[in-house]
Parts: sequence; structure tokens; C-alpha cells
Amino acid sequence: MNHLDELEAEAIYIMREVAAQCEKPVMLYSIGKDSSVMLHLALKAFYPEKPPFPFLHVNTTWKFQEMISFRDKVSEKYGIEMLEYINKEGLAQGINPFDHGSAYTDIMKTQALKQALNQYGFTAAFGGGRRDEEKSRAKERIFSFRNFEQAWDPKNQRPEMWKLFNTEIYKGESIRVFPISNWTEKDIWQYIKRENIEIVPLYFAAPRPVVEREGNLIMVDDDRMRLKEGEEPVIKKVRFRTLGCYPLSGGVESEADTLDGIIRETLSAVSSERTSRVIDKDGGAASMEKRKREGYF
Amino acid sequence: MDALLKFITCGSVDDGKSTLIGHILYDAKLLFTDQEQALVLDSKVGSRGGALDYSLLLDGLMAEREQGITIDVAYRYFTTENRSFIAADTPGHEEYTRNMAVGASFADLAVILVDASQGVLTQTRRHTRICSLMGIRHFVFAVNKMDLVNYREDIFKKIQRDIKVLLAEFNYKSAVLIPVSATEGDNITRKSLRMPWYHGPQLLSYLEQIDVSEDPSDAGFTMPVQRVCRPDLTFRGFQGQIESGEAAVGDEITVLPSREKALVADIYEGDRRVERSTAGHAVTICLDSEVDVSRGCILTKNSGAVVNSIFNADLLWMDDIKLVAGKNYILKLGTQSVPATVMNIKYKIDVNTGKEVYADMIYKNEIALCEIVTGSRLVFDTFDNNNALGSLILIDRITHATSACGVIRESVSRGTDLTWHTMDITKQFRERQMGQKARTIWFTGLSGAGKSTIANELEKRLTANGRHTMLLDGDNIRLGLNKNLGFKEADRIENIRRIAEVAKLMNDAGLIVLTSFISPFVRDRRQAREIIGGDFIEVYVSTPLEDCERRDPKGLYAAARRGELAHFTGISSPYEKPENPEITVDTSKNSMEECVDIILKKLESLAEERKN
Repeated sequence: MNHLDELEAEAIYIMREVAAQCEKPVMLYSIGKDSSVMLHLALKAFYPEKPPFPFLHVNTTWKFQEMISFRDKVSEKYGIEMLEYINKEGLAQGINPFDHGSAYTDIMKTQALKQALNQYGFTAAFGGGRRDEEKSRAKERIFSFRNFEQAWDPKNQRPEMWKLFNTEIYKGESIRVFPISNWTEKDIWQYIKRENIEIVPLYFAAPRPVVEREGNLIMVDDDRMRLKEGEEPVIKKVRFRTLGCYPLSGGVESEADTLDGIIRETLSAVSSERTSRVIDKDGGAASMEKRKREGYF
Repeated sequence: MDALLKFITCGSVDDGKSTLIGHILYDAKLLFTDQEQALVLDSKVGSRGGALDYSLLLDGLMAEREQGITIDVAYRYFTTENRSFIAADTPGHEEYTRNMAVGASFADLAVILVDASQGVLTQTRRHTRICSLMGIRHFVFAVNKMDLVNYREDIFKKIQRDIKVLLAEFNYKSAVLIPVSATEGDNITRKSLRMPWYHGPQLLSYLEQIDVSEDPSDAGFTMPVQRVCRPDLTFRGFQGQIESGEAAVGDEITVLPSREKALVADIYEGDRRVERSTAGHAVTICLDSEVDVSRGCILTKNSGAVVNSIFNADLLWMDDIKLVAGKNYILKLGTQSVPATVMNIKYKIDVNTGKEVYADMIYKNEIALCEIVTGSRLVFDTFDNNNALGSLILIDRITHATSACGVIRESVSRGTDLTWHTMDITKQFRERQMGQKARTIWFTGLSGAGKSTIANELEKRLTANGRHTMLLDGDNIRLGLNKNLGFKEADRIENIRRIAEVAKLMNDAGLIVLTSFISPFVRDRRQAREIIGGDFIEVYVSTPLEDCERRDPKGLYAAARRGELAHFTGISSPYEKPENPEITVDTSKNSMEECVDIILKKLESLAEERKN
């Protein structure tokens, strides 16, 4: 077995453990490349059965249009149950990424996720988080427990020995499960190539209308994009290393329009992938840990 | 070398583990520039006065940055031209031993740091012991801070001798010593010019080439079943990961614990049909006949796995709540989950010296050899033969904490190990003969609540109705069967266990058993319920404390109030009320006759319910 085989077998083992032991699991689906890999693994893990749980997309309403059409195409193709959750209250209040900064992320992502998990009563939620993404994630267990307020307590994590996962919880508590904890960005790309997994075309370089903001190239995906004075969208050949809300996702100039091209660029990359995600920078180095304590995935 | 190398770094608090890994990443140009910038920025406010502090790369949690120590395992991923690595950086402090064990359970190799200026310390021994316990068989001792001892060969040689002595105790496959300086970078990725006397490998190049793959396993084929895949009536497959050996279409396999046999009809690796599959793969296996298989069963071929319910295991205790013999837990092994009792603490192993020490309690971070008895048959092997079928965790039933992890040393043969003799005269036969359904009616409540009086009256009424009964109370049990037990916690638990086992035997004889003990703790009553099973009926005599104390038939409350009786339930020791007793009666509200009527009526309706 090579190291991708080992990582694949580990992820499948974890998914099957959850399906066999947790009362009401769900798989978070963010439409990104990690979600595409997670979906692919779930289809393999339970084959010939369909994954025995639904998928949940928390929609902030500010996703790239191409992401939403990709989501709908994929759920149709594989016949999986795709739930969409939007924080209606936040939407009604007009919460948006331009005026509300980190409050936007809290209300439309963190709060929306909590509301969705409570509404459906999910006891375990799969996420595509990887330990190589960010320092506080590097210390999180594969099975990560949330109290009744969905908060994470990093000082009180259950010891995780061998492959023996303790999934006992009380009513109201829940588990976040990260089957691809041990994958790196490079593993993800190599696996996508090996398994021929479909991903959103935004990952490939193409001419797109962008403006430059604080060193990030932001794509003008629809007419809700607010241009600052003097900003004029220009067409550049860009691709995205991570996908989220288009006003918060920085693209990089690139010629990589094939998987091989992306893998080559990733191998020689000079910055880690989260730098192109604008939200991480609010609040300094420890911002992700703070958000996780508050219930962010 | 295509396979991953998973390794752990350990050492005591200031040995420089995080610095070592940080330096490998930095030297091998494995850092992204933004991380490098953050490192320079952080170092300015950090501890090394402006010089790069490589450990800041790894100590991610806010609490750790504040305290300057690593409290939890951090995983780092890096790939050189020759190999992919996962490094688990673990806390060195004794208080966080369990977190170190988490890292060790995941790794194939341990890099143990030894401070050259201090030599082999107690912690070096402890870490080596825990790594070995968790199954690590490959060791690298990085003798760090050589810069602080002027790169002297004699100091390195002395440490080399001490390590050799230390290793003699353990079972290992490879071990090397490398003199390094993590802050200065000597022998980390490049050969140090300051130690010309050293001719061995550098740390990174050693890690790149070491082969940690297991010998082709003699353990035979084993696959614990995780779940049954049944999308429709035409397909039934058993999903799990092959833990040892291999299976091919056409092989005859045995299902444990039932020992039924069947042939392998199909094997899938993920969604791909294959002819054979080997250890490590996640598979779905279909069999040629309708054998009874569910989660927790093990598919085997020529394996050493046994079916038994008693074994000895080394436990690493990880819970703040101490271990006392007799306590009952949920035991998880492979995909099996069963109730289990730690029957007997044989001895504690001093983690520093390896000496066996007598102990009747085990505290957090201690290791002990214990005898464990499971509530139902368990399929297992020794840890040395089969890691997956020889490793376990114990889960606290109330807090749900992972209280311990352990490795099985040996199966224990004892009376109960023998297959139950099939008796021609069954319990059902005896029940029919006596014209009754066997029951254990378990009275619980404060001293003076009226348990014994009611039990006594109930027994008379049952006997008058032609029932066959037996009353167990403090007098006939404490003075005989349990006269060797005192009042400390372990004895209290054992007392209840024996009563429950005796009640169960009498139920098997067809009798209706009445027990009258205060039995104040939820945990103990739950264990009794588990031992006795479906025949168990809990009667809570809920007479309030004031009434019991006012009655005080034996003058015990008065004595307890005077401080003459320690651990007296209700006064100096708690009474935990039953959450869902089958029956509740209160002698301060009803007369004794009424209480007995209530119980008899409830027994009838319960009998109806349980029939349906």
C-alpha cells in the first residue's frame, strides 16, 4: 500500500465507525475540493449502498455561482440527499461580507451551522478539516466533542488510542468527525488526480474578472460585489486554492489549468493555502482556535 | 520508500522536541513563506531574544503559547524527496502522559530526546516504557544540546552505555543514538563538522531510510466487522479493515465468536471487485451462505484469536477518577463493545524503574497489570500477536471519559472459560415445574426505610400463594459468604457483585429472590442489573431521611450523628436515588400492608409487560 492507500483506508474506517455507532450522522458539504474528496470516500466506504446519511450545505448566499451549480449537479448524479441551510434571520437583516466583517462569518456560517445541527438533531457531523491547514487544527482529535452549546474545549480532549474511538455521548452533545485529518493539501490533489474526482472548475486557472484588495485578487462574481473608489475589474488568469464566499476568497494568478499544473504549483508553493482565505487574518494567529471554541467547524 | 513514516517525538519538558521538528521543517525548506514570516514575527515577542524560535511553529494552542509548554499532541506533515512523514509532537510533562500515549499509539517509531547535559533521566525511562507499551518497536535516541557540552564524545558515549542498559528491558527491533543540537542544527539534516568523531547517520536521512514495515504476519487473516452492508435483498456484505493476513475468493473463513464457517464469495476494496486483499485495506466481504454475522464479529482464517471472557492486560490509567478493583466499564476492542469489570489489580508497574509494586488502587498516569472479566464473550488475541485484537480502551459509564487504554498480555483459563455445560434441566424447565417466573426483587433505600420489614412480609405473602422464594439480607450474606469483606470501596463493590451473582444462580434454580441491602450507589445497582439481566426488578423504598432517622430502630443514626460511624449512608455518605426503579414505595405515606399490596400488583403488571 502506498501512502494514499493508507490515508484512504483510514478515512473509510472512520466513516464506517460513525455510521455504525452514531445515532444521526450528517456529512458537511462545502462544495470545495476537500468536500469532493469526502463525498468520493463516502461513496466508496459504503458501496454498493449509498452513504447512510444526508449531506448538509450551509449556504451563506455569497458562494460563487459555479459552486452552487456544481453542488446541484453532483447531488443529482450520485443520488445523495443534499440539505441546504440558510440563516434566514441573518439574510433578512441583510448581513453581508462588505458591511459586517467577522460578524458576517459568525452569523452566516458559525451560527447557521449551529442552527442547522440543532434543527435536525444531528449527533455527529463529518467535516473535511485537515490538521495541516492551521495550527489549532493540528492539535484537534479525529473525533472532536462539542458540549450542548457546540463549543470545543481544547484542554479537555478525549485521548484517542489506536483506532478505538469512544463515541459515547449524552443527549444534546455532539461529535465533529474529521476523517481526512491526516491528509495534506498535496495528498488531496494527488488523490483527486488518481481517482479522477470532479471538482468545481474555479480551481483551474481561467480568465476571470477580478479586483485587487490588500494583496488578494477578489473575483467579481455577480453585481452584488461592491467596488471601492478607483477599483476597476480587470480580466486576469486566476485560480482559487480554497473556495468559500466569493468576496472573501482570494485567487492567485496562475497558468495551471490542468491537475498536473495545479500539483506542480502546489509542490513549489511559497504560501500555505489559508493565506488566500481572508477570514483567518481577523484576530491574529489564534483566531481559528477562538472561532472553534465558539462552535465554528 | 513510498510508505508513510509515522513517528513521535518525546522527551522531558525542556529537551527541545518542538525545536527539533521545527528545525527539520526549516532546514529542509518545508515551510511556506507565510509561516516563516509568522515565525520571525512571533520570535520577536518569543523566548529566544530575537533568534528564531523554531518551537513556535508547533506549539499551536493559546494556552501552550502562554505557558511555553506543549500540552497536547500536535501533528506535522512533511514530505521530502524520499518519503512522506507524519510527526506527532507530544508533551513531555508527566501530567500529560496520557497525551503522549495518544501520540505513541499512532506511531511506528519514536524519537526520544535526551538532554546531553543531563543524561538519561527518569523521564527518558518513562517515555521509553510508554512507547514500548503502546507498541512502538523502533527507537531513535536524539542526544540533544550537544552544543552545551562542547560536543564531547565521552559524554555521548556515557549516554550510549546508559541507553543500552535501559533498552535491555524492552522488546524492540531497531535502536540508534544520534548526537544533535536542535537549536544549532548539528546532525539534523546535515553532518555536523563539530563532531568529527561521529560517523553515523544524520537524523533526517535516517528517518528517510528506516524500514518499519511489519514482517509478513503469522497472525493469519483477521477482519473485525464494522457494519453489515445490505442495500437490498440481493446483497449482503461485511465491511471492515483487514487487520492481518489476507483473504481470497474461495477461502474458507470462520466467524468468531460463533465459529460458523463459510466460503468467501466476493471481495470489494471500496467499489472495486478484487480476487484477494491484504492487511490494511478497507474491504467488503460477501460469504456464500447465510451465516449470522453482525458488528463486533470477527472473520478469521488460521488466526490465534480466542473466544473467552477473562484476560490479563497492562492498563495505562488516564482518568482523574482512580481505578478500584470491581468497577465496571464499557470495554472497546476492535469493533466490539461489551460491559467489563476490572476484577483484580495484580500489581502496579513503576513507570520509572519497571518494578512490580503491590497496589489496590491505580491513579492517573499509572500502569498496572489487571485481570479483566467481560460480561459477554469477547474475541481477542495478545497484543504482541495482533495489535488490533489485543488493544482496548475502557469507557466510564457515567462520565463517558476514556478512562484507560490497555494491551492484552494473556488469556486466562478458569472455570467460566470452559464452554457452559449444556444442562438438560434448564431454568425454563425449573420455572415450569415450580409454576412461577424467576425474579430478583432488589430493595434499595436508606437504613430504617423499611426494606427488610417489607421484604419479609412480601416473602410470607408469596409463600402463602405457593411461590418458592429466598430472602437475602445483611445477616445471611455478611455473616457467611461475604464475611471476608470490609467496608472500603473495593469491598463494597465486591459485596454487591457477589450478592448479584448468588441471586442470579438462585434465579437459574427457578426461585424468586428478594434482596434487602441499602445499596446506595447507582453504579453498583447498575452492575447488579447487568449480572442478573431480565429478571431484575428494582424496588425503591423512598421513605424520607427524617422519618428513617426518627424511627432509628437500631440507634445507628444517633451514633452516626455523634460521629461514631464513618460512611453512614444519609449522614456521612451519600444515597444516590434510583433514576428509573420499576417500583417505588414510601412507608411514611403507606402502611406496610399497603406497600406489599402495591408491590404485588406491580409485579403482576410487570409480568404481563415482559410477556409481551
